[in-house]
Amino acid sequence: MKSRFFNEMYDGDTVRPAYANLTQWIDGHPPEHFELKRKEAETIFRRIGITFAVYGSEETSERLIPFDMMPRVFTETEWRKLERGVKQRARALNAFLWDIYHRREIVRAGRIPGDLIWRNEAFEPAVVGTSPARGVYSHVVGVDLVRTGLDEFFVLEDNCRTPSGVSYMLENREIMMRLFPDLFRSSRILPVDDYPQALRRTFASVAPEKCAGEPTIAVLTPGSFNSAYYEHSFLADQMGVELVEGPDLFVDGDFVYMRTTRGPQRVDVIYRRIDDPFIDPLCFRPDSLLGVPGLMNVYRSGGVQICSAPGAGVADDKAIYTYVPEMIRFYLGEEPILNNVPTWRCSEPDELKYVLEHLGELVVKEVHGSGGYGMLVGPASTKEEIDAYAARIRHDPGDFIAQPTLALSTSPTFVDQGLAPRHVDLRPYCLVGETVHLTPGGLTRVAMREGSLVVNSSQGGGVKDTWVLAE
Amino acid sequence: MLSRTAENLYWTARYVERADCTARLLEMGYRMQLIPTADGGFASEWESVLTAAGARGDFAERYGDAVERNVVSFLVFDAANPSSIKCCLASARNNARAVRTALTTEVWEALNRAYLEFQELERTPRSELSLPQICDWTKRHAAEVRGAHENTQLENEGYRFFNMGHAVERGDNTARLLDVKYYVLLPTSDMVGGGIDNYQWTTLLRALSAHRAYHWAYGGDYAPSRIAHFLILNRACPRSLVHCVNAAEDHLTELSRVTGQRTEANDAAAALLAELADAEIGDIVHDGLHEFLGRFVARNADLGQKIADSYLFGKV
Repeated sequence: MKSRFFNEMYDGDTVRPAYANLTQWIDGHPPEHFELKRKEAETIFRRIGITFAVYGSEETSERLIPFDMMPRVFTETEWRKLERGVKQRARALNAFLWDIYHRREIVRAGRIPGDLIWRNEAFEPAVVGTSPARGVYSHVVGVDLVRTGLDEFFVLEDNCRTPSGVSYMLENREIMMRLFPDLFRSSRILPVDDYPQALRRTFASVAPEKCAGEPTIAVLTPGSFNSAYYEHSFLADQMGVELVEGPDLFVDGDFVYMRTTRGPQRVDVIYRRIDDPFIDPLCFRPDSLLGVPGLMNVYRSGGVQICSAPGAGVADDKAIYTYVPEMIRFYLGEEPILNNVPTWRCSEPDELKYVLEHLGELVVKEVHGSGGYGMLVGPASTKEEIDAYAARIRHDPGDFIAQPTLALSTSPTFVDQGLAPRHVDLRPYCLVGETVHLTPGGLTRVAMREGSLVVNSSQGGGVKDTWVLAE
Repeated sequence: MLSRTAENLYWTARYVERADCTARLLEMGYRMQLIPTADGGFASEWESVLTAAGARGDFAERYGDAVERNVVSFLVFDAANPSSIKCCLASARNNARAVRTALTTEVWEALNRAYLEFQELERTPRSELSLPQICDWTKRHAAEVRGAHENTQLENEGYRFFNMGHAVERGDNTARLLDVKYYVLLPTSDMVGGGIDNYQWTTLLRALSAHRAYHWAYGGDYAPSRIAHFLILNRACPRSLVHCVNAAEDHLTELSRVTGQRTEANDAAAALLAELADAEIGDIVHDGLHEFLGRFVARNADLGQKIADSYLFGKV
């Protein structure tokens, strides 16, 4: 029987080219071999796991994300298309951000309703007219993708602020290379370990004009009790830059400095892993202890570059998302390479009518929500739940969008009974600076439970290494 | 190097050293209470142990009687006492965690292990746990951290700050330990020369693991002035005041060479070192050992403050 889900490994009974070498290699080893490797992986992870866990919010309670040894594979041809699509999107999103904080052409042209932008919580009036270096607002764009067919990819959402998870991309590859060196010798897999250097080059290329010579870069973290602290320290370490907290920085005159044992040292580029409202208590939330008083003034006068730029979040809003294809046409004069998931905006009366009539088959999301909270998954809900949700939509239609339930592709995954197909998604990380760069790989998340379409780690999702084969 | 990183390294070392010294202090109290006194009872040294730990008032308020069980609860297991071994180990680990990338895996793991194993120790019924066991356990883990640091850490700025933390803390602690028994070292004491104060000196030396070293350095008999000399003015003794100040001064000099600037911490360390170098043990004892030690503790604390001002909080 043919499944309605795209199987990335098998086309009927035939193994697809991407998985050919991998399958041959697996067939050449007895099942005990993989059992042994699984144990070895566990041992390695327990060791690294200690590292993950101690950075957790509560002493030892942080959970490990399950790691699946079976890689997810793309051919270079498949990847090149994805790459063009992701880069196109990253360029359009940055052009959009520049535009809405300057001449607002896209609104004047009537392509996007202005209210959607001005009344958006992530829109930042404090940076209207401010011009970040090279016009870049979002320097790391994480694009969440799902596959539904041989040549069909859909963008689920964009992440323009500070997408996390890239440390898994790098760590998963490390583990795989340690476990299966012979596989890497025979498979010609494009490397991902240049990511930290590319990240560093991206930041260096957006140093403010006032910076003469080699720019000083720092990663700004909320501190060791943040759940992503491991990633912050990992990236700082890999880039060879300082990992700073708010109190390590201070503003003096036109510049921002870090306190060092040799006195103040000027900082030119800050990769901040804290949210907009916490950046500067003088400009945003006055009770923020994580930020640096006066930082926004330095930023606006061109004394420091903040990455991503304050206000960048408005581009990854769910209501704005539906207009990204429009942006690509408007700013780049190109047709979108990657599809948006068809989306009904409940703010439009006709679309609202359709949504209310088809709630049983749709996924409905709150426009400003994230992380899967406040969602209605039609096919998995009871009549009561649907009715209650319908009432919420009628109360404030503008707060909701609806999408069809997608048939996520499956990738073979090690489970108790051996290899079995499980649903996956993908987040590649696109770097935007002087150039636009995409490392060939990303974070593949996998729903470990049979039939489940939810890949979130909070719902038992795991991670895989993502391979792009050189041709 | 970030000032906060330097500060965290410095305090990691201080807390480890403080846990070690608290263990030694307890060991001394434990041994001394085994000595019979002239009036038929046993000497209770727990009061003076608490005095040396600078925690007598706190203790009296919360526990009342200075008996062994209470003192051990307070100095080892009490989460509300910032100088307890429990708190020192937790503070050391917290400081290290904030600068995880500035420490080698071995140092981190030694700190983490001490912290985790202490939780096991806490779960052990107290009846199955003797005080000497706790003291040995603490000293062993402190040595492990220090050893891992010495064996694996790059000798850069961070190395200096870490070791400076050890030196400053240890000087303070030796002075406090000495102060507990300062009167047995005074020639005017009635008990001098008796079997009991001999035993007390040995105990002091044992607590500092310097009992054999004393014999190597001075030969046979215990003499008050020799012990005082050993623990204050002998550079070869790794716990003596002059040794600790000397170490701090070395690290500061090395730092100023790297950073190209001399600070007031350099001057403070050099002045204190010069004073100790010129001191005669006879004069110290004559002028009052207790007063001398009090002055040293204050000067040492001042040195710590100047280090903080010069490096740790970053000059603006």
